[in-house]
Amino acid sequence: MADAGVNVKTVNLTIEGRPVTVPDGTSILEAAKMAGVLIPHYCYHPGLPVAGVCRMCLVEVEKFPKLAPSCATSVGEGQVVHVHSPKALEARKGVLEFLLINHPLDCPICDQAGECELQDYTFAEGRADSRYREPKRFNPVEDFGGDVLYVQNRCILCTRCVRFMDDVAKDPVLNVSERGDRAFIGKAEGHDLTNPWAGNVVDLCPVGALLSKDFLNKARAWELDRAPSVCTGCSQGCNIVIDTRDNVAVRMRPRPNADVNQYYMCEVGRAGYREFNRRDRVEQPMVRNGHTLRIADWEDAITAAARALAGQRLMVLVSPNLSNETLFLVERLVAHANGQAAFRVDTGDEVALPGVPDLALRSERAANATAARQFGFAQLASAQLSLRDGDALLVVGEQLDGIDVADLDRASTIVHIGTTLPDVLAARANVVLPIANISEEEGTLTNLRGRVQRFLQAKAAPGLARPSWYVMADLLAAAGGEGQYFSPADVFDALSVTHAPFATLSYERLGLLGLPVLSPEIASAEVSG
Amino acid sequence: MGFPHPSHPRETPILSKYFGDAGARTLDGWRARGGYEALQQALATDPVDLQNVVKDSGLRGRGGAGFPTGLKWSFMKPDGKIHYMLCNADESEPGTFKDREIMRWTPHGLVEGVALAAHAIYAETAYIYIRGEFTEPYAHVTRAVEEAYAAGVLGANAMGSGKRVDVHVHRGAGAYICGEETALMNSLEGRRGNPRIKPPFPAVAGLFGKPTTINNVETLATVPYIIKHGAEWYKQFGRADNPKSIGTKLFSVCGNITRPGNYEVALGFPFKDFLYDLCGGPLPGREIKAVIPGGSSVPILTREEAENTIMDYEGMAAAGTLLGSGGVIVFDDKQDMVRQIARLVRFYAHESCAQCTQCREGTAWTLRIMERIRDGEGTAEDIDTLLSIADNMTGKTICVLSDSCATPVVSGLKKFRGEFEARIAANRSMVTVPGAFRATAA
Repeated sequence: MADAGVNVKTVNLTIEGRPVTVPDGTSILEAAKMAGVLIPHYCYHPGLPVAGVCRMCLVEVEKFPKLAPSCATSVGEGQVVHVHSPKALEARKGVLEFLLINHPLDCPICDQAGECELQDYTFAEGRADSRYREPKRFNPVEDFGGDVLYVQNRCILCTRCVRFMDDVAKDPVLNVSERGDRAFIGKAEGHDLTNPWAGNVVDLCPVGALLSKDFLNKARAWELDRAPSVCTGCSQGCNIVIDTRDNVAVRMRPRPNADVNQYYMCEVGRAGYREFNRRDRVEQPMVRNGHTLRIADWEDAITAAARALAGQRLMVLVSPNLSNETLFLVERLVAHANGQAAFRVDTGDEVALPGVPDLALRSERAANATAARQFGFAQLASAQLSLRDGDALLVVGEQLDGIDVADLDRASTIVHIGTTLPDVLAARANVVLPIANISEEEGTLTNLRGRVQRFLQAKAAPGLARPSWYVMADLLAAAGGEGQYFSPADVFDALSVTHAPFATLSYERLGLLGLPVLSPEIASAEVSG
Repeated sequence: MGFPHPSHPRETPILSKYFGDAGARTLDGWRARGGYEALQQALATDPVDLQNVVKDSGLRGRGGAGFPTGLKWSFMKPDGKIHYMLCNADESEPGTFKDREIMRWTPHGLVEGVALAAHAIYAETAYIYIRGEFTEPYAHVTRAVEEAYAAGVLGANAMGSGKRVDVHVHRGAGAYICGEETALMNSLEGRRGNPRIKPPFPAVAGLFGKPTTINNVETLATVPYIIKHGAEWYKQFGRADNPKSIGTKLFSVCGNITRPGNYEVALGFPFKDFLYDLCGGPLPGREIKAVIPGGSSVPILTREEAENTIMDYEGMAAAGTLLGSGGVIVFDDKQDMVRQIARLVRFYAHESCAQCTQCREGTAWTLRIMERIRDGEGTAEDIDTLLSIADNMTGKTICVLSDSCATPVVSGLKKFRGEFEARIAANRSMVTVPGAFRATAA
């Protein structure tokens, strides 16, 4: 549907009285979405092959002899579709009753409660009572390995998980075992759900049958606050939602974006939420006084930092996980002080998701190395900073893991802007400025394909920690640099003025799905035109 | 019949002529009885002409649905694609055992029909998918195929015609649902035997995604006779006033009847004569109570209804049932219909492939209620619940297994409701409160 408009034959039909025009070959279910009508469904998922087995999406199509499964029926010219006709409602009510006869109805202890499609559709269209008088089927809970727990009693056998593993992950370890009402989701003998993308089956499961062991019993869905964000696990830039409960991140889930990650994210990314909850955070600005770092107020600390950096050659070590905005301000400071900036990138094995083009856990395990390069920062291959005696060192967001201590000792002054205080800096830093992490501030990131994507704040930063762009802007001003910034959007606007690839972009234009950075030629043409 | 009893004079033995004649099993024996002449002749004929002859003969699918065979073949065009011919020998409908006898006694007749049909639909490869439990028929058909290859009847130059016809025999693994044509294709491809969503139909995308024609054993075994003797010859069999049902049909009779077995009669035969004259009627001192005329998936007839029915597609339809696969199950007055229907439902609950919600849950729920009523623990609201479940199970799933399970329940409740009510009335367990769980529920 991405190439709509280019010689695509369209079909006109009416769904629930609403006329809608869609490309030929669209399913009635997708056409109804476009018309603003949600047809209840379980087995259908836009990222998976159509199965047509749950029979929940049955609708009445005029002139059809039987009810049609809307997920598996293509639109036809002039069709009139009734989603909420008595016949269709009765059929779906029947399906819901069948799905619930053996369901344990243990919503009070089920993690899915509150975000469960079985709950939602039963509430919308199901029976208020049950006519089932027989003993319910019972099966034990099974550990599928990896992060996945299978609660068989709640399973409605929609086979989304099976189809994901077969057709998207191409690691067919799940199957439907047995027949009739004895059927269950089976796991291939000797295999576990340890595929690096297997966690997606938990998100795909429309009910509480596949659960994340990591999230098990941590929170009720209605207690969660959700914020759209971007995963920082690697340079892919998967769109995510960060779920927080009482200012603690409890899980991350993929947020659909057809151009980046479709509906998926990997296990490495999912585990990333723990980093947001670190308890060893720096919460106050600190300035060295003799042998100790003393708590200072922000104004004094910023002044002290600017003074500490003045006069010497400035060397900046930045984290490639900082936002475009923060990196941009680092670049301003470096330009102002005529210094140099460098960054290091962690690497790991690349793990592709075979069923989705250009989606992988990238070997570059940093969210914004693309922008760091764009701003002209040098990528360090070793732990050597190559400082000269008497240099001023500014560390922004870097954890300094494995750094060469002898190298650090050459610096005359060290200013640390970070979420935590690395051990090697405890005795060396002259000024420490606490900043928020990615989940606590707002900004943009540029992924490996040059796509700029926004992330929003999910929780509050601890203590007096401030957003990283804010601290950098203050430091830049204290060092005598130009510019006044009151929001990340201001910083981005300044960035788009000075950097041609960003020229046509703004927070409004980016929206929540992001846009690719235009090539300089196109950008300049659009600005002048 | 032919085996184990000689044919009744009122039968029309064409397919069953050599039942019981072990000599017909070998290639030489089959040739001596006129076999492979039709194939020889057909391989030299244009496929379109073969399709037209079969279309003209009025032959309809003998597997149960009764779709015109020639019309089905005519969907296959010389489009340059790979085509497949499939023979559905997964005869698993309860009460049906006609294909088994065809394969046991005249395996070459089937191989001839399969090879002929393959040529008629522009296919070079044919598969015979045999029900896994059919060990003896499998042995005979396999041997027949081996003999045919050895004699050059099959292979790269079938019967010297220059045309390639390969026939492979494949055994199922014991699932009723694999008799459903698309489930059979999945099974043959090595997948789980689940029926596929249609469209696309097999003629467009069937086995391995290629255009495929699938026919029943009896249908394919009939074709060589039509090719050999012509469509006009075949049209003599059947009711003169009903051109829609042509030919002979094998009926498998079982249950409470004096002479069970396979009977081949021309379509249009009176069901009463069939039951009492050919099959010998009920056992001494008994009376027929009910008859399932076309395999367990079709509505049950009472004795009165059965006695007034004509045995062809339209006659059965007029009686509110279906000719189906021709599996006649007879129940006499000693039988408990509640128990019998519960047993049928148990079969479907066991065999549901578990894809569609209505079928997976509905068959099992129906079974539990049926068995509760059978065991004297039924309640007054059970009958309404059964009918409502049956309604929710009908016409809403990918294949018709769900409908097939509901059919005996609905027709049984319609025609033998008294037996259900008597069972429920005899319930000696605690008084039930509608809407509450019963204290005695098993």
